Amino acid sequence: MKAFAALYEELDTTQSTNLKVAAMARYFREAPPADAAWATYILSGRRLKRFIGPALLKRWLIGEASLPEWLIDESYSSVGDLAETIALLTAGTAQAESADDTALADWIEDRLLPLREVDEETQRRTIVGWWRELPYRQCFLLNKLLTGELRVGVSQLLVTRALADVTGIERTELAGRLMGEWQPGPVFWQALHAAESPRTDPAVPYPFFLASPLEGDPAQLGERAAWQVEWKWDGIRGQLIRRASECHLWSRGEERITERFPELVDAAASLPDGVVLDGEVVAWKDGRIQPFALLQQRIGRKKLTAAILASVPVQFLAYDLLELAGNDLRAAPLRERRAELEKLLASATPILQLSPLVTAESWEELAAARADSRQRNVEGLMLKALDSSYGTGRQRGAWWKWKIEPHSFDAVMIYAQPGQGRRSNLYTDYTFGVWRERELVPVAKAYSGLSNPEVEQLDRWIRTHTVEKFGPVRSVEQTQVFELAYEGIAASSRHKSGIALRFPRIVRWRTDKPAAEADTLASLQAILDN
Amino acid sequence: MASAPPSLVTVTENGLYCPPGDFYIDPWRPVATAVITHAHGDHLRHGSTRYLLAESGVAIASHRLGGEHRPEPLQYGERMQLGDTTISLHPAGHILGSAQLRIEHDGQVWVISGDYKRQPDPTCESFEPLGCDVFISEATFALPVYQWQPTPQVIEEIFRWWRANRERGLASVLFCYALGKAQRVLAELRAFTDETVYLHGAVGTLTDVYRRQGVEMLPTLPVTGEKKTDYRGALIIAPPSAAGTPWMRRFGDHSSGFCSGWMRVRGNRRRRGYDRGFVLSDHVDWPGLIQTCKATGAGRILLTHGYSDALARYLNELGIVAGALQTAYGDEEQ
Repeated sequence: MKAFAALYEELDTTQSTNLKVAAMARYFREAPPADAAWATYILSGRRLKRFIGPALLKRWLIGEASLPEWLIDESYSSVGDLAETIALLTAGTAQAESADDTALADWIEDRLLPLREVDEETQRRTIVGWWRELPYRQCFLLNKLLTGELRVGVSQLLVTRALADVTGIERTELAGRLMGEWQPGPVFWQALHAAESPRTDPAVPYPFFLASPLEGDPAQLGERAAWQVEWKWDGIRGQLIRRASECHLWSRGEERITERFPELVDAAASLPDGVVLDGEVVAWKDGRIQPFALLQQRIGRKKLTAAILASVPVQFLAYDLLELAGNDLRAAPLRERRAELEKLLASATPILQLSPLVTAESWEELAAARADSRQRNVEGLMLKALDSSYGTGRQRGAWWKWKIEPHSFDAVMIYAQPGQGRRSNLYTDYTFGVWRERELVPVAKAYSGLSNPEVEQLDRWIRTHTVEKFGPVRSVEQTQVFELAYEGIAASSRHKSGIALRFPRIVRWRTDKPAAEADTLASLQAILDN
Repeated sequence: MASAPPSLVTVTENGLYCPPGDFYIDPWRPVATAVITHAHGDHLRHGSTRYLLAESGVAIASHRLGGEHRPEPLQYGERMQLGDTTISLHPAGHILGSAQLRIEHDGQVWVISGDYKRQPDPTCESFEPLGCDVFISEATFALPVYQWQPTPQVIEEIFRWWRANRERGLASVLFCYALGKAQRVLAELRAFTDETVYLHGAVGTLTDVYRRQGVEMLPTLPVTGEKKTDYRGALIIAPPSAAGTPWMRRFGDHSSGFCSGWMRVRGNRRRRGYDRGFVLSDHVDWPGLIQTCKATGAGRILLTHGYSDALARYLNELGIVAGALQTAYGDEEQ
C-alpha cells in the first residue's frame, strides 16, 4: 500500500490535472496488475461494498482514543471526515515509515475483504490493531477504503486519460470498459489492454454523453436548422438495454435501477434484441409529465406496492439510440440515430415513447416555447447538433441544455453548521427560514452559491453572532437575508413548513435587505397552489 | 462565610482589565495603560497612552506602532509595581519578545498566558510554566486532532519540497505569517542549507528587526520589482495575503505551501488551494494545553480564543474548574 499512499499524496498535493494524470500513469505502469486494477477501481470513485459502517468505526474510536464521545464528535465536526479524524486521533504524530510493504491488492483481498466474514469483535481487534501500527498516511488511506470514496480531486475522466496513456487505447473505448460491474484483478487489467473489447456482460451500459449549460443567446450557435431541439425533461436520465433477451435499466449515476421500474422492463421486452436507448424516466399521468417530486416518492420506497405503481405511473421518453441490432451507433450523426430511433419506436408500447421534437422554426420562437416550460413541467430545452456523434462525458459544443431561470425568494439565515471535507473548519451549511406571522419557519438548507471570501466573511459573522449552540449547530441572530433559488416545490408532510424545495441554493447575500422584508411562507405556498 | 477573592482580571468592552492594578492586557481599544503580551496585530493596537512590554519585544512593537510610541521595556522576571499589584513578564515561546503576564495582589496570583507554544524555537525564549491560582490560557487549537510533529521533521519536509520543486524547475512560494513564523522557518532551515531565500516586503522588514536583535537566520534578499530575477528553484517567503495577487505572477510556474497549525487538517489546506500544507504552529497543541494547565497547579482555568468551550468542558470533566472568556482576539495562523 506504500506506493499507492505515495500516489495519493502526489494527487493530493497538486492542482494541475496534467501532473495528476502523469502521476497516475506512472503508478499504472509500475504497479503489479492486480494493484493497478484496484487503484483504477478506487480512483474512479468506486467503493468496497457492504463494509463496516461508520457508526461502528466511531464506537471503536471512542474506545481506542480514550476521549469522551462528545470530544470525538467535536473533533469530527471540525475535521469533517471520519477517516481523517480516526487517523489524527490514533496514528499519533510519528511519521516513521512502516516496514510493512504489502501490496494494495493483498491489503484489500487478503486483509480487508475477509473481515466481512468474521464476527464484530474480531473486526474491531484487527482494525484497531492497524490504527496503532500504521504510519499516518497509510492509516488515513485504510480508513478511506473502509468508509468509502477517496475524493482526491480525480474524476473518472482523468483516470481514463491516464489509462489511455498507459494502454494506448481510445478514451471513449476505455470509458466503456470501465462501465457497469467488474471485478478488479489481473484478468480485468489485461482485458483493459486488449485491442478488441470482448463485451461479455450484456448488462453493461455505454458512458452517458452530457450536455453543458447554455449561457446567453442561442443565436451564437449559428443556424437553427443545424440543431435538434427537445424538451428538457425533469426525470431520471437512464439507459434502457435490451440484449440477450434481457432488459436492464441504468441511471446516469451508473446505478442499476432495473428493479425499480418493472413496467419499463416489460415494455422493453417488445424491442428487438441488441438495442440500447438513452432517455428519461418520468412520472406520467393524464397525458402529461408530472413533477419530479412525484417520481421521488417512488424512488424512495423500499418496496414497490401495487398502490405505489398505480399512483405513480412512469414512462420512458427515448431521445437517442446507441445500439441497434448489436451494432454500436454512437459514431453516427444524430440525424441518422434519430431516424433509426423513430423507425424503431413507431410501433412501441405507450410506456415506451419517443421524446418529441420541438419544431419552432427560429431561435425567437424557441425562446417563446422555452418560456412555457414551467406550465409543461419541463426544465427548459435541449439543443443537440444534428451532425453530432454520441460522445463521452461532458464535452462542450455539441449538446447544450438551455434551462429556464429558477424560482427565487428571500430568506433569513437561522442556523449554521460546519461543512464537510475541505470546508470542515468553516460554517458553510446554512438553514434558512421565511416568515409565518412573527416567526421564521425553516424552509431550506443550502450549502453552495457563495464565493470563498463571502463564505469566510459569513463564517466570522456566524461565530460572533451566535445565539445558542446545539452540538455543532449554532442558531444565529436573525438578521442576514439571502436570495435562494430552487428548481421545484412540492407539498411535504415531513417538513414543518409543509413544503419541500428541490435544489435550493444561494444566489446572493442580500446585505441590502432587512430581515423583515424577507418572503413569507404564504407566498411560497401560493406558488405551490398554482 | 469568607467571600470569594476578587477577580484580578475581568473582561470589559476595552479588553481584559485588572481592577486593582488599573491596567489593561492586550486591549482592543485605546486605554491609559496597556500591558502587551506580544506584538501581533490583534494583541497590540494603536492609540493607548502607555505600553509595557518584554524588553526583547520592544523593537518589534515600536516598528508596528510606527514610532509614535516608545513602549516601556521590562526584563523577563523583573517585578514591577503597577497600582496595587506586582506584575512580571515571563517567556511565552510564541514569537520574539512574547510574554506571559503574572499578576500578584493580596496573596493571589493570576497568570495570563498570551499566545504560547511548548516546542523549542531558536528565535525566542522558551515558555516556562508558572505556578498560579488562576491561569488564563489561549485555546486556539484546543481539539485533540491538533498535535504537532517534532519541528525538525516539518522543516525537513519544507526543505525536501523546495528541492523537489527545484528539480522540476519550479519556484517554491511558502506562505508564513510575516511576524514570527517566517523568521522561525528562516532560522530552522539553517540546519539544512546556507542558501539565500527571497522575501516579500512585509516579511523583509520584520526579518531585519529580528536580525538586528541577533537572531541567526538564512541570508535573505528582497523580491524586487525587476523582472530579471529568475526565481526557478528559489524559495520565496510571503505573507498569506499575497496569495492570488498580481504580485505572484513574477514567479511563473510555482508550487505553493502554507505553514500553519491549521494545515494539520486536510480540508483546511484544500479549501485554501495550497499545494502543500506544513503543520508548523506558534500556538500550543492539545497535549501541550493539558500538560500546561496541569503544570500551573491553578485552581481555576479561563480560556480565550478558538475552541475554548471544548477545552473548558474537558478540563471540568478532569476535575479542574475551567470556563471560557469572551475576547476579541483573532488568530494570525488563519
